[in-house]
Amino acid sequence: MAEEKRKTPKLDELEKGAWPSFVKEIKSAAEKNPMANDLLGQLERSYEEKIGHWKHGGIVGVLGYGGGVIGRYSDLPEEFPNVSHFHTIRINQPAGWFYTSDVLRKLCDIWERHGSGLTNMHGSTGDMIFLGTKTDELEPTFSELTELGFDLGGSGSDVRTPSCCCGKARCEWACYDTMALTYFLTMHYQDELHRPAFPYKWKFKMSGCPNDCVASVARADMSIIGTWRDDIQIDKKAVTEYAESGLNIQRDVVGNCPSKCMEWDGKELKIDNKACVKCMHCINAMPKALAPGKDRGACILIGAKAPIVEGALLSSVLVPFIKLEPPYNELIDLVDKIHEVWSENGKNRERVGEFIQRVGMGNFLEAIGVEPVPEMVAHPRENPYVFYEEYFEEDDEGSGEQEEDK
Amino acid sequence: MAEEKKKRITDIGPPHYEKFLPPIIKENYGKWKYHEVLKPGVMVHVSESGAKLFTVRAGSPRLLSIEKIRKYADLADKYCGGYLRFTSRNNVEFLLSDEMKIEPLIKDLQALGHPVGGIANSISSIVHTQGWVHCHSAATDASGVVKSVMDELIEYFTDTKLPAKLRIALACCLNMCGAVHCSDIAILGIHRRPPKVKRDKLKAMCEIPSVVSACPTAAIKPATYEGQPSVEVIEERCMFCANCYTVCPAMPLNDPLNDGVSIWVGGKVSNARSEPMFSKLAIPFLPNNPPRWPEVVDAVKNLVEVWAQNARPYERMGEWINRIGWPRFFQLTGIPFQKEHIDDFKHAGLTFKRSAHLTY
Repeated sequence: MAEEKRKTPKLDELEKGAWPSFVKEIKSAAEKNPMANDLLGQLERSYEEKIGHWKHGGIVGVLGYGGGVIGRYSDLPEEFPNVSHFHTIRINQPAGWFYTSDVLRKLCDIWERHGSGLTNMHGSTGDMIFLGTKTDELEPTFSELTELGFDLGGSGSDVRTPSCCCGKARCEWACYDTMALTYFLTMHYQDELHRPAFPYKWKFKMSGCPNDCVASVARADMSIIGTWRDDIQIDKKAVTEYAESGLNIQRDVVGNCPSKCMEWDGKELKIDNKACVKCMHCINAMPKALAPGKDRGACILIGAKAPIVEGALLSSVLVPFIKLEPPYNELIDLVDKIHEVWSENGKNRERVGEFIQRVGMGNFLEAIGVEPVPEMVAHPRENPYVFYEEYFEEDDEGSGEQEEDK
Repeated sequence: MAEEKKKRITDIGPPHYEKFLPPIIKENYGKWKYHEVLKPGVMVHVSESGAKLFTVRAGSPRLLSIEKIRKYADLADKYCGGYLRFTSRNNVEFLLSDEMKIEPLIKDLQALGHPVGGIANSISSIVHTQGWVHCHSAATDASGVVKSVMDELIEYFTDTKLPAKLRIALACCLNMCGAVHCSDIAILGIHRRPPKVKRDKLKAMCEIPSVVSACPTAAIKPATYEGQPSVEVIEERCMFCANCYTVCPAMPLNDPLNDGVSIWVGGKVSNARSEPMFSKLAIPFLPNNPPRWPEVVDAVKNLVEVWAQNARPYERMGEWINRIGWPRFFQLTGIPFQKEHIDDFKHAGLTFKRSAHLTY
């Protein structure tokens, strides 16, 4: 390319140091790509002025989809014409983020032909991100992606791209098949994923065990966290080996048990499984000796979100335990019912967690047809401000204890 | 006859993951028995069948050029039969069935500038957002701060000498695309000046009722400007969340004089030992000082090292603070406690100390 390379004295400082440098990545793309070169120039300007130079997103996308592309425009288009439009494309990742070298090369070739040559592997939601291209390139990029068997991810008020941990592919703690469920939900909700029709975004995140490697409890509207109901599996010989190898089982394992359900007499480890809260600590500390039980499934929690609008929320228990096996009918019925109630009654830009806060969990449960159970609360209410919906009048027929059968 | 137009493909979803699983994973799917960390950044998973799968994890800046991805692909061909994966914290993982290939792969990764580590009691890659590279609402850059912090803390990525794992995350504004609010250390870009209403543009660009209702503190009210409908901001009610800017570009908050960084500590998402927790405010404000953000780097390093010196084995940042108490945390870290640390939003009273359980 004949384009003159942008001068970037401030960014050049970030080529130094032991951690891999994003500036080197952008410069590597800028060797051949004028968009990446202008990105460097505009970013250097931000480093000088301590302010971003991107305008608010506009509505851009591919035909028939409402999500998957984030519009982005420079506020200095005359100085940096090659990033005057610089839209992001979200591409739905394969579950668990597994790839072959062959498919990665083909994806790179597509992005070399149509965009900046820059990516995020991956974005926060889980999608593969193609970072920056012009409006005219969106449809050709999409066409080549679908030829290769890939599709766009979600954005806006839709089902966002579901994501999960690697689950049974490489983890002994996976209590259900996270990748299978993620693929199933992604395919089942294709229409809801590509065509925003909800009050706000809806995120599914699947973690195979209570370690929650995809942070579902912090950020998913529906957090599906693997757990088990029976006894922790113990390999006594391996416990002895851990003790002999110097692990302080009393202090580091038993002493850290939140439910105080373990005893160690120097020879044998005993677990009161009825009291165990499935926190994973002892299993994490002794993976060769302990394992989740055999009656495995998941706990479904609802409502997590980051602060905007009304404050951050963690998900809370909705279904204490569910077996998660195909065809997943029970789960789909539950999700559809929640979507129906939330779509009908949620306000614009109200996540389901905020919706529940506004209408009350009790009312929400009633609307979706789920019975309240004590597992849903840290403790019952502390205030006496109970909203009873009906009351008796003196002259009501059947007031008092007696009510006629109907 | 006109050539038949190629059918447009839509709604196909992602490719099925099975296409990308190496044979050893297909054979042992759901049959893994246990794993061991062999050295920093390297672990082995052992199957019921006795098969062994070795994982080598390398750090990445997340923002990758296609040139670098092609180099990853070359390494996957050379060492792993062409298979690789990425993690939830943007690391790249190479999956090997031949133990002898681990050391040569690590050498090649290091030559490529990608350190191996991030497993067990270490700092894994910092989850982060786009910042000035690609976002309209960023109050700070993301990649530059992350690079500066990780350059300084690299030894905690490539080694496993911390008391427990430490998860750092960065979000460049309160939207928190990275959901940083449950991290051991969260670096959060903040605005501190109310939106400046672009009165000449507002009517054309925004719906006034949605701007008014976007404000969680009712700081925005309808107003008239030169006979045109507009809005007015009650500045003392604004806490700079930028939700109004999200729905209306004519309400910008970005401002180099007031934007900067806050630091939060003690959150976690795992259920191990203690329940998941939100991060709490440690440092209300640090300046944006590109290209290396020295104030932020020093603050994060101090937090990591004070925790590392004082925490017990397995104790995450938040668990350590809960044991020693917040007064001791502020004393040990030398961070001044000030008015901004005390919550004054909804349910703030629940965060006040409501007992005489204190240490002296």
